[in-house]
Amino acid sequence: MLTKLTGGRVFDPEHGQNDVVRDIYIRDGRIVDAPSDGKIDEEIDVRGKIIMSGAIDMHTHIGGGKVNIARTMLPEDHAEALLERTELMRSGCGHAAPSTLTTGYRYAEMGYTAGFEPAVLPVNARQAHMEMADTPIIDKGGYAMLGSDDFLLRMMAANEDQEAINNYVAWTLNHTQALGLKVVNPGGINAFKFNQRKLDLDEKNTFYNVSPREILQRLSRAVTELGVPHPLHVHGCNLGVPGNKDTTLDTIQGIEGLPMHLTHIQFHSYGTEGDFKFSSGAAEIAEAINRNKNITVDVGQILFGQTVTASGDTMRQFAGAPHAHPNKWVGMDIECDAGCGVVPFKYKDQSFVNALQWMIGLETFLMVDDPWRIFLTTDHPNGAPFTSYPHLIKLLMDKSFRNDMLSTLHPEAQKATHLASLDREYSLYDIAIMTRAGAAKLLGLADRGHLGVGAAADITVYTDDADREKMFSKPDYVFKDGQMVVRKGELVKITWGTTHVVKPEYDGSIEKPLQSYFDEFHTMKMGNFKISDDEIVDDGRGSLTVQPLRQGGKL
Amino acid sequence: MTDKQQDGIFHDVVSPFCGIASDDLVVQVEGNTVTVKEQGDSVTRPGFETPLTDLSPRIKGQEVSLDEAVRHIAGLFNNSKQPLIGGMGTDLNGARAAMALADHSRATLDSQFSDAAFRNILVLQDTGYMTTTLTEVRNRVDFLLVVGTDIESAFPRFFERVVWPKESMFGQEIESREIVYLGKAPSGTASTSPGGRRAEVVECSEDDLPEVVAVLRALVNGKNVQAESVGGIATADIAGIAEKLKGASYGVISWSGSQLNHDHAEVTIQTLCDMIKEINNTTRCNGLPLGGKEGDTTVNAVSSWQSGYPMRTSFSRNMPDYDPYLNRGQRMLDEGEVDLLLWVSSFNTAGTPPVTDATTVVLGRSGMTFEEEPEVFIPVGVPGIDHAGRTFRCDSAVSLPLKKLRDSGLPSTFDVLTAVEQAL
Repeated sequence: MLTKLTGGRVFDPEHGQNDVVRDIYIRDGRIVDAPSDGKIDEEIDVRGKIIMSGAIDMHTHIGGGKVNIARTMLPEDHAEALLERTELMRSGCGHAAPSTLTTGYRYAEMGYTAGFEPAVLPVNARQAHMEMADTPIIDKGGYAMLGSDDFLLRMMAANEDQEAINNYVAWTLNHTQALGLKVVNPGGINAFKFNQRKLDLDEKNTFYNVSPREILQRLSRAVTELGVPHPLHVHGCNLGVPGNKDTTLDTIQGIEGLPMHLTHIQFHSYGTEGDFKFSSGAAEIAEAINRNKNITVDVGQILFGQTVTASGDTMRQFAGAPHAHPNKWVGMDIECDAGCGVVPFKYKDQSFVNALQWMIGLETFLMVDDPWRIFLTTDHPNGAPFTSYPHLIKLLMDKSFRNDMLSTLHPEAQKATHLASLDREYSLYDIAIMTRAGAAKLLGLADRGHLGVGAAADITVYTDDADREKMFSKPDYVFKDGQMVVRKGELVKITWGTTHVVKPEYDGSIEKPLQSYFDEFHTMKMGNFKISDDEIVDDGRGSLTVQPLRQGGKL
Repeated sequence: MTDKQQDGIFHDVVSPFCGIASDDLVVQVEGNTVTVKEQGDSVTRPGFETPLTDLSPRIKGQEVSLDEAVRHIAGLFNNSKQPLIGGMGTDLNGARAAMALADHSRATLDSQFSDAAFRNILVLQDTGYMTTTLTEVRNRVDFLLVVGTDIESAFPRFFERVVWPKESMFGQEIESREIVYLGKAPSGTASTSPGGRRAEVVECSEDDLPEVVAVLRALVNGKNVQAESVGGIATADIAGIAEKLKGASYGVISWSGSQLNHDHAEVTIQTLCDMIKEINNTTRCNGLPLGGKEGDTTVNAVSSWQSGYPMRTSFSRNMPDYDPYLNRGQRMLDEGEVDLLLWVSSFNTAGTPPVTDATTVVLGRSGMTFEEEPEVFIPVGVPGIDHAGRTFRCDSAVSLPLKKLRDSGLPSTFDVLTAVEQAL
């Protein structure tokens, strides 16, 4: 079956195509050349429509223990957003922490065809994959979290060589079925278990005498040397702490040129100026990002309203718990592996701090020059639910809308920002970079995020509309692996995406110390920790897609 | 991974029969006979060794084919005004299939363990908690307070696996770990240290536990308590526990919802959880709720991610509605609100359905016997014996793979429920 999308305006940054009118042909789930015999089975007239590849959310909490704690603890939030079963769709619910089925449906309806869970605790990876397996349509994958796990810290305390650490990282990525490596408050989750309440970049874990800076260097080097395409995904020290911009600047310097992705940078860009001792550090951070080409960021934009924060950063979540709204929260130490904290939160536009957080996120978007190195996220659901992306896109693309919003916020916060003077408006091409081509490149998804021949036919078709929120809320068509799943903003077919992973080779000798570590200290056997390929494939609905490593990657 | 070796011996076998899900069992399989050779206990031995008897489905006591049974169940669902899917003793995929069927048939879901599980879930939904997991406890606990619970009767290997390992990762002297039972005394000596030091027991009646726990919290917070004794316990003794909690580097407070059976035990648990949060203002302390056997944790987890809500969720309005009171399965049966009960209990022959006027369908473990023969009985495979599966441990953080140990030919709960849904 050959489908032709005729006459659309194509935005395909991977191929430098910026509003190029051309036809796209789809066969067997792939984008193909025009048929030599001209024979077409189905033609869809998309003249005048905007065509991009399917959008990729490279940081969204969609599966795993802490997300499910958030779901279970928020029945009142779900009750406001119940969804009926239809002939096509299972019932579901949720706004801040939606059910897995609803998550997949909503992403697809917005033109997203992939989402990546950024905080997969290795011991909890099995659950993360179970939940992602129950998330329809979109592709998925996860970043395994290391850095507060006792095995790594023991290795570092024993001053083991980089090769041993690379081996452990490779082993972990394989057996947690992960696409990348994440670190959350490096060493800090572990330090909290020893009752340390903060951990600056050069502060030592009291038991291991290891600092976050050293952890970042070791893990970033491991990812780089193994050839894992996605740079180390870093949730830095001191999240949410006024003045943490200095930590973030130090972190950028401290990585010494190695590739590093700083996630939800907005939460790490705070100064201490002004009457409220809370100010924007966005200009300095953006300047550092612009200067250091090894750095990529996603923003973690906050938007106003009720949500829930779910994080592996037990230390910082505990500190933030007094702000819980409604007043309930969970903290967990987990398996000498990591931890988590779940704190519901309501961002208020008349709060000085929340208003400034909103501004800091937008300032960052507008002051980072290169759209290939900054990504559109709300750190779903931590800054806002992912369903607010069309609104966020409008804020970026429409200066007058942005400034109208700005003028309604806490007056003192307005005085503390230069946002109103920033004239930049994102173009459709910029949006296509940051939500498609750039994201696929950052994650090393070889055949996604572009519209060239051979690419997976994940395609979104929009009607151009000056109201960008409206435009990005309801695409005309969404194709997932060549199948039309959305028409006129409504789901018409349910498919099940693949799970993207990397499989760096490792030396089996690593299993000797791991075996004795599990036997002596754990309550689970090493063999039972490993997640088999069969578990991902399960009853045949799931599948694994192994992404290639960078050339030159080695153990 | 469970590697089958010669002589039908399997190593590193996971037990789904107890909430701590020990995964170091050695099991021998000869034909359909399963024997726990090593690391067995009073829960896992009957769990694995209960013999196979029934292999055929029955309708009204008459043997029928699986197809016939499935079609009959689908017919019952099609004609039901208010079905209830209860029991829910199953694994990951069984829970997924039950959710899909409930959604399709507008059923209500509840588990046989919900009364106990909800003593914790209600706290999560009202104020939350700070908890820890088994491996953290194994390596870090220096003071364990057990509240109103005889751990070893339900979790026979808890102390061996979690409290008294040979060594801790952090150089702690294991023998120095202190244990205090508050409320109920232990039934045996599993909590006695390797060096022979017995746990301290501070007893009171369960009815007095809410008051005792409230006073403990007050003392932890430095409040002045006038009473000289509470629930028969000298206030000074409770103050001693408060001091130990505050002085510990990593205190752990454990309870089992299934053993706290006083009215509104969730409030007692909530008091403990709020106190734990307060202790964490100065030192570390965590809760360790025990429970979660036979798929209990698993089905609540799956229900939460697929519908947003744990058990006690109804799909009767064609969307999930959660109500921990109205959707309590036993209440619905007692009030005559249910005309069809589908009961799933694949782990335990003792997990029989409640007697009810509602038409009853049972997917049960082979060998289950009934006071009253149900309309339909299908013997289903045991996850982790007859088919592969996955199960969650009590701490919710860890889930484990269950392996197929024998070829009994019994269908899985997933197979049956999926076939029923497709036949609707």
